[in-house]
Amino acid sequence: MAAEHQINAGFIPLFDSAVLVAASEIGFAAREGIDLTLSRETSWANIRDRIAIGHFDLAHMLGPMPIACNLGLTPLASDTIVPFSLGLGGNCVTVSNALWAGMAAHGALPDLDPARTGRALGALIRERAHAGRDPLRFAVVHPHSGHNYELRYWLAACGIDPSREIEIVIVPPPFMADALAAGRIDGYCVGEPWNSVSVVAGTGHIATVKATIWKTSPEKVVGVRKAWAEKHPGALSALLRALHHAARWCQDPANRGELAALMAQPSFLDLSPALQMPLLTGHLPLGGGAELAVEDFFLSFDKAANFPWKSHALWFYTQMVRWGQVKHSAAHMALARDTYRPDLYRAALKPLGVALPGANAKVEGALTAATPVGSAGASLVLGPDGFFDGRIFDPDRIDDYLAISDWAMPTG
Amino acid sequence: MTRKSLAVLVIDENHIRASIIEAGLREAGHEQVTVVHDVAGIARRIAEIEPDVIVIDLENPNRDMLENMFQLSRVVKRPIAMFVDRSDQASIEAAVEAGVSAYVVDGLRQERVKPILDMAISRFNAFSRMARELEEARSELENRKVIDRAKGILMRSRSLSEDAAYALLRKTAMSQNRKIREIAQSLVTAAGLLDPGES
Repeated sequence: MAAEHQINAGFIPLFDSAVLVAASEIGFAAREGIDLTLSRETSWANIRDRIAIGHFDLAHMLGPMPIACNLGLTPLASDTIVPFSLGLGGNCVTVSNALWAGMAAHGALPDLDPARTGRALGALIRERAHAGRDPLRFAVVHPHSGHNYELRYWLAACGIDPSREIEIVIVPPPFMADALAAGRIDGYCVGEPWNSVSVVAGTGHIATVKATIWKTSPEKVVGVRKAWAEKHPGALSALLRALHHAARWCQDPANRGELAALMAQPSFLDLSPALQMPLLTGHLPLGGGAELAVEDFFLSFDKAANFPWKSHALWFYTQMVRWGQVKHSAAHMALARDTYRPDLYRAALKPLGVALPGANAKVEGALTAATPVGSAGASLVLGPDGFFDGRIFDPDRIDDYLAISDWAMPTG
Repeated sequence: MTRKSLAVLVIDENHIRASIIEAGLREAGHEQVTVVHDVAGIARRIAEIEPDVIVIDLENPNRDMLENMFQLSRVVKRPIAMFVDRSDQASIEAAVEAGVSAYVVDGLRQERVKPILDMAISRFNAFSRMARELEEARSELENRKVIDRAKGILMRSRSLSEDAAYALLRKTAMSQNRKIREIAQSLVTAAGLLDPGES
């Protein structure tokens, strides 16, 4: 029997493409009448360009990328919307053994505490500057990525100016571990399993993780070509339902083994199932024998992980402004806010009677404990969320947030 | 104003494909062609070469790095775009299909770049056709090898002539609606299991 909808989607070999992969391979898409064809791509630029020219209807994308497209910050821009988020968390900051030894000499402990490791890194950076040595070089995956923004946020909150005191370069995820081992970079921020790869190789040490810099923070999304979404609302709704079921399947601990084996296949990650386990269990080997369990390290479904919060889009926008990628204006802010489409998510999932948040945006950092929130049909728990430096992000007070002059964290 | 000859930089990790593209560019009259296989230290090379156009393989994961470098670097003055300054949809699609992308580095007029991209596309296509034919030839050779081994097993174990052994393989394949190669492979595998010395 022919499927009702044909959908072409691109993905990058990273674990957080798992929901798309499961939708295609475990049969959730087929059950919704969708023939979902996945194409593995090697660069985010390819993903963006192939969406722009219509080869892909949608794709696994960096959360800030569709916003950058709509703001015209990319060479081949197209109108792209975000009706679904692929997960929360999942990134780490990994440093070379030599850098870790230097940080440890300044008080860093293998506890992933962003404030402590950041202070140690700052002390080491000043010591190096004093000795006239070259600045440290860190890598992220793309200028318009959560990785770039969370690395910069962490450093800046610890009193390090990421634009002057270190160098930030772009390296594709599969090359990170090699670049670190070869000494071309001193550290990097990337999604799993590309941090565990360095730890297993004995060439790197995980210094801190996204889930401690900003709890339950947004990462990859499904970016959809707006023209396609408007022409095929039925197909998009069916896909969002398939992704919802796939995400729930991915989160279920009973399916970890099957999911790890699936993602390990050559056509997806081409890395052993054992390497997927730190991400799936939140139990992270940090390097040098240290291990730590991290709460909510990566969420593919729980805590409204798939809801495209407008506050997430707006936070990404503030970071684009903060780091000089775009000028702040009411029009730009509206473009960023309208990129994320919780209305489409709600419309697609409402018939299923699943838990839906009562609002489209939230004050990030307001929930200090896990909190049940009002929603129709079923229970939904959010948080704890929040930034490690204690700042609050209120999406209704963007101007105030952008006006903060001392982004540095209080010492202590 | 514009230089007579454009400086073209080709970035391709595949040496054979890069040299095919380079040859094509030279045939088309472009004398200033530089080929780079490894993006390590690319910023310095770009500063030395001052290319007008950079042609890069779409499959190169370092595209993101290159694009970011264009945005940041003072050396590279005006990285406009890829796929030739947002040229028409058809040529963009052709470029993507062929696996080629182009960056126009410094405000070049589109009509000067299009022939370069067209040439790169046709060379990329020619290369992938060549690679496909090579793969087909290789797999044909593999097929022949496994069929020869299966024939050998049949000739020894059932005292058949070579022709008769092949006829038996073909008859079995036809009756089971499978390929001769598959039947031969099963036979070779089975023989290997029965007698480790055989395979």
